[in-house]
Amino acid sequence: MTGLQNVNAARLLSAKQKQRKRVAMRAIFYFFMVALLLIVSFPIIWMILGSFKTNLQITDPTKFFRFEPYFGNYPEVFRRYDFFKPVLNSVIIALGSTLIGLFLGLPSSFAIARKQMKKMSIIILIVRFFPGIAFLMPWYIIFTKIGIVDTHLALILSHLLINLPFIVWVMIPYFETIPKELDEAARVEGCSTFRLFLSVILPLARPGVITTALLSIIFSWNNFVFSLVLAGGKTATLPLALFSFITYVSIDWGALMAASVVITLPILIISLVTQKYIIQGLTAGAVKG
Amino acid sequence: MVKNWIEKNAYNIFMAPTILFILLMVMFPLLFTLYLSFTEWSMGTTAPRFIGLENYINLIRDERFINATGRTLFLAFGSVAIQLVLGTALAVFLNRNFKGKNLVKTLFLLPMVVTPVAIGMVWLLIYEPTLGIANHLLKSIGLDPVLWLVDRRIVLYSLMLIEVWEWTPMITLIVLAGLTAVPTDPVESAMVDGANRWQIFWKVTFPMLRPTLVIAALLRLIDALKTFDIIYSTTAGGPLFASETLNILAYTTSFSYFQMGRGSATIVLFLVVIGFASSLMIWVRRKVGIDL
Repeated sequence: MTGLQNVNAARLLSAKQKQRKRVAMRAIFYFFMVALLLIVSFPIIWMILGSFKTNLQITDPTKFFRFEPYFGNYPEVFRRYDFFKPVLNSVIIALGSTLIGLFLGLPSSFAIARKQMKKMSIIILIVRFFPGIAFLMPWYIIFTKIGIVDTHLALILSHLLINLPFIVWVMIPYFETIPKELDEAARVEGCSTFRLFLSVILPLARPGVITTALLSIIFSWNNFVFSLVLAGGKTATLPLALFSFITYVSIDWGALMAASVVITLPILIISLVTQKYIIQGLTAGAVKG
Repeated sequence: MVKNWIEKNAYNIFMAPTILFILLMVMFPLLFTLYLSFTEWSMGTTAPRFIGLENYINLIRDERFINATGRTLFLAFGSVAIQLVLGTALAVFLNRNFKGKNLVKTLFLLPMVVTPVAIGMVWLLIYEPTLGIANHLLKSIGLDPVLWLVDRRIVLYSLMLIEVWEWTPMITLIVLAGLTAVPTDPVESAMVDGANRWQIFWKVTFPMLRPTLVIAALLRLIDALKTFDIIYSTTAGGPLFASETLNILAYTTSFSYFQMGRGSATIVLFLVVIGFASSLMIWVRRKVGIDL
């Protein structure tokens, strides 16, 4: 009797131990997870914290994490550093270059996908690999000659260089997954190629279009080097406006962090809301081939 | 008639604007840059003067150019290697079902979509010698402060750390996507055969991930060679050129010194480096059996 009880007790104990071990493992997992997330998001958290500090609080290590929030940096960014204009410029240029990029790129990538133009797709891929600086000098010279430096047009055209190859590159495999039989069926119904593309193919490709549109807005919003050369006082975009902060003699850290949050916030919101699309677009090409 | 013609050439019409754009905005500027690289020109009123290969010869003899090339390769290969190891490890760690997995993915997305100049600004504050949190952390564990972006011997590693922070999550997300595509049968049968986790990863999972990893590595490598925003916004290539890469050097030569000819030659040589990496990538893609 007692022997059996002992065995049962031992079994019970080992089951308990096992469960305890599982709980411990899970605790360790979540501990590492939280630590990892803190590291990954730390600079962004730091940016946001800094934007609510006075310059005195920023220099004080005892106030790194506990401090009286200060809301004056944001009005300062818009009033003293006149951030309305760069915000507007960035919106115009990002939307403009994305819309034109989609308008040019979507039909082309459909044609490339259907006609299997291998060479064309390689050319597009190579353009994607070129650094912006390779085109900057001729453009700067040409744009100066025809007098469109410091216009939205010049910046939209230059941003197309990033957006157009990106859109085509992501959309080709996307269009390829739409079966060709659909084309034939539509043609039998008397659909022209234009109709087919607009009313059959594009609606089917909507997730891909959304992905590329979102990412090309983000790329354009983030772009720095083209503005550095082709923008002037009238068309300075947000990254350029942000960069000009540090050319002041002493850095106004609080305002600089607030300005960084202003430029980051739209992207944070887009990424949070459309996470799935963005991940798909960024990892495209690596996973799908 | 017209309708017929349009219908017959529909795909060509679809292609036309893009081809025109590539000819005008890509091919022509590239050829123009190539032409300028054989000239001496400072964008003044005088025309570019043809000087043959002189720019190239001068560059190859110039220590500043050689150093910039070395740094470009060091930064790109170094940071991508770290990103690959770290990113894959994190993906394997995260490849399970747990609460908040989507939130984790979203947070992982942030470093690579946030505006690079803004990232540069935050790291400028983090690395600040006296008021930055990096040195404060060092001090609290009893170490001497480091001049992260000011010390010539350290600045490259400091920049590499930013790169690793920014892009490791991308490798993680790519590998995570790749892992979900890996069939579970071989893993299960290996487990039945008594293989441990380490063996399963190296013998079963890793070989299936290899094509994904190779392509991710090369994509990252090409982008890493082109890094500009982070470097220019934090150090602008300094102190004393210690963090100057080819991209920064080409920019400075052309748009700060206005030596258009020499700048163009720098760009052409920079393109050769990238071209080499790109053709490597296209070759490898074919080799691992992924069609373009």
